[in-house]
Amino acid sequence: MKMKYSYGLKRGLPIALGYLSVAFGFGISAVEKGLSPIQAILISLTNLTSAGQVAGVSVMVAFGSVIEMIVSQFIINLRYSLMGIALTQRLDKSFSNIHRFTVAFAITDENFVMAASEKEKITPAYMYGLITLPILGWTLGTALGAFSGELLPDGVRAALGLAIYSMFVAIIVPPARDSRPVMYAIIIASVMSSVIYYVPWLASHVSSGFSVIICAVTASALMAWLRPVEERPEEDLNG
Amino acid sequence: MDKNFIILLAAMALTTYLVRMIPFAFFRSKINSKFVRDFLYYVPYSVLGAMTVPYIFYAGGSVYASVAGFLVAFVMAYCRFSLLPVAGASCVVAYVVGLFV
Repeated sequence: MKMKYSYGLKRGLPIALGYLSVAFGFGISAVEKGLSPIQAILISLTNLTSAGQVAGVSVMVAFGSVIEMIVSQFIINLRYSLMGIALTQRLDKSFSNIHRFTVAFAITDENFVMAASEKEKITPAYMYGLITLPILGWTLGTALGAFSGELLPDGVRAALGLAIYSMFVAIIVPPARDSRPVMYAIIIASVMSSVIYYVPWLASHVSSGFSVIICAVTASALMAWLRPVEERPEEDLNG
Repeated sequence: MDKNFIILLAAMALTTYLVRMIPFAFFRSKINSKFVRDFLYYVPYSVLGAMTVPYIFYAGGSVYASVAGFLVAFVMAYCRFSLLPVAGASCVVAYVVGLFV
């Protein structure tokens, strides 16, 4: 049985290292914006999401309302609902309610992509393994950034910011090389995301979390319509 | 900001958790629509595409350093290196280019 805790742990390690550097940046910026290190760590421990936390800190330091907090978190993190539904289609029968309630806390972009790219059915043990190190890395990275961010040279801090994105590249390029439709989906989503980013009116009206939803939904729907997936033996077996 | 902080933190954490948990825990039916299944098949790739471009071009300090790091990551990923070497090498290259530009 491949989908064990230890295998999940191994798959989570690169994510954790990416998170360590991204959370490091979050820790630095949260303290710079006026939160205490403990507050920054509490946010990371209870939220485990990058874009949402950055927006949340802005609301906190601007003494925003609870409603504003709820609406912004809902919109930015709505993509996790989509990912959660996608994951339910791949879950092993042993995934009971209690496991779903627990694991749901750690559905992040990277954990989702990793789990969704596994060939076999997803077991609770695998998911616990997968999320262990990313949660640790995210929290530890925040603590390190919050307490010692200023000690690192600027150049090192800046270069570390690239880690998480390079990891994304490493995840999507090999499947794009193997499958034209996957490559098209990535290209459509990237181009749309760039348009939203570079057109000033769009950039000021579309939040980054919402941008991801628009681009991903459009690109995926377009490709599902134009290029239905031909063969998926692992799903035919269980369908 | 102490009491205010706790209230906002609770609102933030609870919203984030419920958005994740409700569909994941309560969506039970097998999706039979081929379109929806194909749609979900493409979601992880398009999500990461949208999250990576254009942000990767600015994530490593200067644009030059970031683009250099991106190119290294792309070539190594194309040659099927695993995640950690790709991320490590691109950071090192971005750091080195950052020293000169």
